[in-house]
Amino acid sequence: MPKRTDLRSILIVGSGPIRIGQACEFDYSGSQACRVLRAEGYRVVLVNSNPATIMTDPAWADATYIEPLDADAVAAIVERERPDAILPTLGGQTALNLAVELGEAGVLDRFGVELIGANLDAIHRAEDRLAFREAVVEAGLTVPESAVVSSLAELPAGLAPAVVRPAFTLGGQGGGLARTEEELRERVAHGLEMSPIDQVLVERSVEGWQEFELEVMSDRAGNCVVICSIENLDPMGVHTGDSWTVAPQQTLSDPEYQRLRDAAFACARTVGVATGGANVQFAYDPASGELFVIEMNPRVSRSSALASKATGYPIAKLAALLAVGYTLDELPNDITGASSAAFEPALDYVAVKAPRFDFAKFPWVEPVLGTEMRAVGEALGLGRTFPEALLKALEGREDGGDLPEIPGLHPYFAAELESIREAERRLAVDGDVTAAKRFGLPDARIARVLGVSEREVRSCRALPGRLAVDSCAAEFEARTPYYYLSYEEGDPVAGSSATGTILILGSGPNRIGQGIEFDYCCVHAAQAFRRLGYEAVLLNSNPETVSTDYDTSDRLYLEPITLERALDVCALEQPLGVVVTLGGQTPLSLAHALAGEGVPLLGDPLPAIDQAEDRGKFGLVLEELALRAPRWGVADTREEALVVAGRIGYPVLVRPHYVLGGLRMRVVRSPEELEIHEPALVDEFLEHAIELDVDILCDGEDAWVAGILEHVEPAGVHSGDSACVIPGPSVTPALEAEIGELARQLSRRLSARGLLNLQLALREDELYVIEANPRASRTVPFVAKATGMPLVDLACRLMLGASLSSLGLPAKAHPTRAWAKEAIFPDDRFPGAADRTVQMRSTGEVMAGGDTVTEAYQRALRAAGRSAAYGRGTVGPSLQELAGTGR
Amino acid sequence: MQMDRPAQLVLEDGTAFSGRAAGAPGVSAGEICFTTAMAGYEEAVTDPSYSAQVLVFSYPLVGNYGVDESRMESNRVWTEGVVSRRLRPSFAGWLAGRGVVALEEVDTRAVVRHVRSQGAMRCALGEAEPGELLARALAEPHIDYERALAEPELAHPPLGLLAGTSEPYSVGSGPRVAVLDFGCKRSIVGRLAQRGLEAYVCPPTYDADAVLELKPRVVLVGNGPGDPAQLTDAIQTVRDLLGRVELFGVCLGHQLLGLALGLGTYKLPFGHRGANHPVRVRDTSRVLVTVQNHGFAVDASDAPEVSHLSLNDGTVEGLAGDGFASLQFHPEAAPGPLDAIPFFDRIADACRSAPTFAAS
Repeated sequence: MPKRTDLRSILIVGSGPIRIGQACEFDYSGSQACRVLRAEGYRVVLVNSNPATIMTDPAWADATYIEPLDADAVAAIVERERPDAILPTLGGQTALNLAVELGEAGVLDRFGVELIGANLDAIHRAEDRLAFREAVVEAGLTVPESAVVSSLAELPAGLAPAVVRPAFTLGGQGGGLARTEEELRERVAHGLEMSPIDQVLVERSVEGWQEFELEVMSDRAGNCVVICSIENLDPMGVHTGDSWTVAPQQTLSDPEYQRLRDAAFACARTVGVATGGANVQFAYDPASGELFVIEMNPRVSRSSALASKATGYPIAKLAALLAVGYTLDELPNDITGASSAAFEPALDYVAVKAPRFDFAKFPWVEPVLGTEMRAVGEALGLGRTFPEALLKALEGREDGGDLPEIPGLHPYFAAELESIREAERRLAVDGDVTAAKRFGLPDARIARVLGVSEREVRSCRALPGRLAVDSCAAEFEARTPYYYLSYEEGDPVAGSSATGTILILGSGPNRIGQGIEFDYCCVHAAQAFRRLGYEAVLLNSNPETVSTDYDTSDRLYLEPITLERALDVCALEQPLGVVVTLGGQTPLSLAHALAGEGVPLLGDPLPAIDQAEDRGKFGLVLEELALRAPRWGVADTREEALVVAGRIGYPVLVRPHYVLGGLRMRVVRSPEELEIHEPALVDEFLEHAIELDVDILCDGEDAWVAGILEHVEPAGVHSGDSACVIPGPSVTPALEAEIGELARQLSRRLSARGLLNLQLALREDELYVIEANPRASRTVPFVAKATGMPLVDLACRLMLGASLSSLGLPAKAHPTRAWAKEAIFPDDRFPGAADRTVQMRSTGEVMAGGDTVTEAYQRALRAAGRSAAYGRGTVGPSLQELAGTGR
Repeated sequence: MQMDRPAQLVLEDGTAFSGRAAGAPGVSAGEICFTTAMAGYEEAVTDPSYSAQVLVFSYPLVGNYGVDESRMESNRVWTEGVVSRRLRPSFAGWLAGRGVVALEEVDTRAVVRHVRSQGAMRCALGEAEPGELLARALAEPHIDYERALAEPELAHPPLGLLAGTSEPYSVGSGPRVAVLDFGCKRSIVGRLAQRGLEAYVCPPTYDADAVLELKPRVVLVGNGPGDPAQLTDAIQTVRDLLGRVELFGVCLGHQLLGLALGLGTYKLPFGHRGANHPVRVRDTSRVLVTVQNHGFAVDASDAPEVSHLSLNDGTVEGLAGDGFASLQFHPEAAPGPLDAIPFFDRIADACRSAPTFAAS
C-alpha cells in the first residue's frame, strides 16, 4: 500500500520542555519524522515550546511554531495552517494528551483534521486503565488484579501491597508502591490529585518479578514486528526509566520469549494501535509462569529511542512513514539498503542502559527508587559481552560509582557481575591486559587493579576495532556508519574525505545543568562541518539524542565520553581537530588530557579555558583590563573564610572550590551562618543586581555580540534557573555599546575563538563581570532562535580559522521579536525544587514570543504551565515568517 | 581458575580464528554456517538439519538460561561443532557431555563477515594446530551434491537418509498425517499432535506405495539436512504422491516438492539461518517474520506455484497448488517467531476434509 496522496500538510506536535520522564528522545523522534515526511513531499508544520530542540530549527519544517503546548495554542495553529492531519505519536505523552484534548474539544472535526498514527479510541483504550484492562483480558491476556478508583471511598480493602498508578500522567508521576493499607490510602489520595481525570488504578503488586518491554511496529496491513526486547535488571517495583536495562533480553528461553512476543502483538491489536511504534511492558514470574501485561504506550517512547540506538532500526522514521500509509514490506532497511524493514533486528552485541540520577541536587529528598521515575538521563553501552556493555554504561554515566548493586537480581546477571570481579582478580594475578580488554574492562579499571596509570595501560594494549551497529549481525553489509568499539577485528570502513575529519565530543547523559542544549550545539556543528566539506564524526553515549542518530554525522561512535574512548576514536579517525567546547563540561574536562596526548583541539581553546576557569588568573585578566568584578577570595578553613568575607562584606556567596554547576553553593548573610567543610571560594554577592547572559562570537581578535539576555529574577538565582528576556528592558544602547567593547577586550585578551558566554551583573548602572565561559553556553539555542542567527555554524567556521569579518555578519544582532525563556523544575517529583536558588535545579525550559517583552514573558509563563492562559486564541508568526522565508 | 584450552577454527580457504575449547576435547569438521537467532541454542544444536555443519552463533552470549532437555528438537546434538563468543558454563558442560566440540572467545563477527563474503565452505575446529585442522577440513565431503560428485573420493550417502528414523513411529492420535522423515524436528511432529492429529513418522526410504499403505489423510515431507538433489529416490516418492494425496512440505520437504514438480534447486551463497527473515505472502502486503535454516533454495521465483517470497533477497519461500503447499522456512519455529504457525491449522483442516484414503 503506497503512501497517501490525499494528505498534503501534516502537523507534528513536539513534547515541550525536558522533564523527568520526557526528555530529548522526543526531539530525536520528532526531528526524524520532520525530515522523512518532508522528503516524502508533505508540508510539515511543527509546534513545540522547547527552544533547545533540533526539530524547532527552521530548516526542519515548513512552518515552525514556538508556542505553548496547550490545546488553545495548537487549535490556533490548526486554524491558521489548516493541516490535513496531525501526527501525535512522536511527541511523547504531551502530544498524545493534546490530541485527545483537541478531539474532545471538537477542533479536529471543526477543521477536518485527521489524526494519523493513532486514533482517539486506541489512545483512550491504552491510557484509560479500566478500558485497557478490559481490552487486554478480552484478548486472552492477563493483568494483575486491580481496582480503578476515582475517590478514596471507592478503594476496596485488602489490596495492599499494591501499586498506585494515576491515569494520564508522565513517567509514573504521582504513583508508587504501598505496602500497607494506610500507605495505600495516602498514595491513592496523592495519585487522585496528580491525575488530570481524577482516576487511579490500584493494582496487585508484582514487586520482584522480572520486567520486560517489547518495542513493536505495526502497519495498516496488520503486520507486526518486534524491533527490540528490553529486559530490566531491576525487577518490578523500580520504574523502567530508573532501571538498568539490557537489550536484547537475556534470560528468557525461546518459548518464553515467543510467548511475550505473541502477547505484545495481541495487546497492540486489541488496543488498536493504528500504525507505528508502540511499547508493551510485561511482568513475568518464571517460577509460576504467570505473565502479566502491565502497560502499553501507543506511541514512540523513551524505550523506542533506546531500542533504535540499541539496534540501529530507525523506529521514529518508520513510524512516520507507516502513519502516511506505507506498509512495512514496501520500506527498505536503511542500514543495509538492500534488505527489508519488515524484519526483526538481530544483534551480535549487547546494549546496556544505565540511569543517571541527580539526587545530589535535592539532598532533602531520600534517594529511593520506586514506580515514579527519578532519573534525569541515561547512558548506553554497547559491547560484545555483557560485562563490556555494562562497564561502558557505567562509565558513560560519568558519576563514578561502582558496579550496580541491585536487590533481586536474576542469577544470570548476578553471575555476569561476579565475572567482572573475577576478571579483575585474575588480572591482578596474571597482569594480562590483552585478556582484560577483550573481557571488557575499561582502561581506568585496569589501571586501578594494576596500580599503574591509564597511559601505561594504553601503552600495552592494542587499539579496539570498530564494529557496526548494523541491525543484522553482519549477515548483510551495512551502509550506515554507526559504530561501537570492541577488541575484535574491525569492520571495513569506507575511505575518508580528502578535506579531513573533525571529531565532536558530545555531552553524555542528560543531567541538570547539562542537557539537550549541548546536544543541539553538537548536532549543528556536525551539520556545519559537513556543509564545509569535512567529515564530521560524533562521540556520545546518550541514546536519547539527535546526535546519536546515525544520520546526523558521517560516522557515529556510541561510546562513553572518556579519555580512553576519545583517544581510541582519535587513533582510528586521525581527526584534523577535536571539538571539546560544544558539549558542556563533559568534553571540556577532557581537553587538557587530550592535548597532553597530542590530540589537536579545534580552535585552540585551552589558553582561554585556563584563564577563564582559574579564578586567580581570571581575576588578573579583569584587573589588567580594568573591568569590574565582584570581590572574592579563597579559604581553606572557616577562620580564613571569615577573614575573606569580612574584607568583602556580607552577603557573600560561598561554594566548594572544585565543584561545578553551583552544587553546594549558598548565600551567606552573616558570620554566624558561615560554615565551610572544604576549600571554598568566597564571592561578593551582588544583591538586587540585574543579571545579563551574553553570547558572543569571537575570532581571537574581535567579538560580535549575538545576544544579551536579561534575567527576570535578580542576581542570586542560577542562570540556568532564571527566566530571561530579549531584548532586555535594562539594556540601553549605551549599555549595549559598553558590553560590546567589554566583549571585544575580553575575547582578545583570552584569545577566544568561536563561542564565548559572559555572565554580567548590572547594579546601580555599573557593570560587573561574574564569569566568562569560552564555550557553548546553555543559552545558545535560545539566542539562535530569537535572532534567527545560526550561531553554532558560525562558531564552527571561526574555530576553523575564519575571521569575523569574513562571515558577513550584520552590524549587530536583532531579535526577530520579543522573546522570553522560562525554566521548568522537577517539583512534581522533588518538592521544593522550584525554589530558585544559586543552585541549578531546572530540567528544561520553554520559549515564547510576543510583541513586547512583557507579552513574551507572560506567554512563556503560560507555556510553563504557571499562569492563566495568557493570549488565548492567538498565535504568533512562524519562525519561517519571521525570517521572511515562510508563507 | 579455568584451565586454558587454546583452540582454533580453520576454514578450507586457510583462514583461521582463535578461541578456547569449551566443549568436548578433540577435533571436529563440517560445513561452516551461522545463525543470527539470539535465543534458542538448545533447539538449534539438536536440529537434525544442522547435520554435518559447524554452527556459529552470531549472538555473542550463548547459554544464558541454562539447559532444559525438553527444548531439544531431536534426541541428540547434530551440529558437528559450536563456535561462540561467550559460552555459559552449564551449556558448555552439556555440550562436552555429549561429545560436542565447542569453542568460545572466537571473534564470531569476523567469521560471519568472512562467510558472508566468501560463501559457505568446509572447516574444522578444535584443540589442534592450524595445519592439521586445515587438512581435516579438506578431507570433509561437500554437502553440495554437484561438488560431491566431482570429488568421488569424498562420496557420502545423502545426509537426509542418515538423519531420518529407521523405524516408523507415531505421535498423537486423530486423523493420520504421514511424515516423511529426513531429520524432522520434534516441534513439527508436536505441532501436528497438538492439533489432534496422529503424526505417523516414516523412514526416509519409504516409497509412495509404502506411504499410501498407511492410509494417511495428508502427507508432510519434513525438514532435514543436505542437498535435496541428492535424494533422488525421495524426489520420485514425492512425485508419485503428487495428486494422490494432499502434500505439505517444510524446508527440505519444500525443496523435494519443488524438484518433484520439475523445478530446480541451487545452493545459496551462505544460506538463511536465523529467526528474523521477512517473507511476503505473494501478491499481498502480508509479511511473516520467519525462522529459517536452509542452505539450498528452489529456483523458480516467477513460477505460478510460488506462494511466498523472501523480502530480503527475493528467493522462493513457499509453493502452493492443487493438492500441495510447502514452506521453505519453519512454521513450527523453535526457535523463533510463531507467525507462520497457522500452517499447521491448514494441515489439520486438510486432514479433516480429506477422504479417508486416497486409493490409487
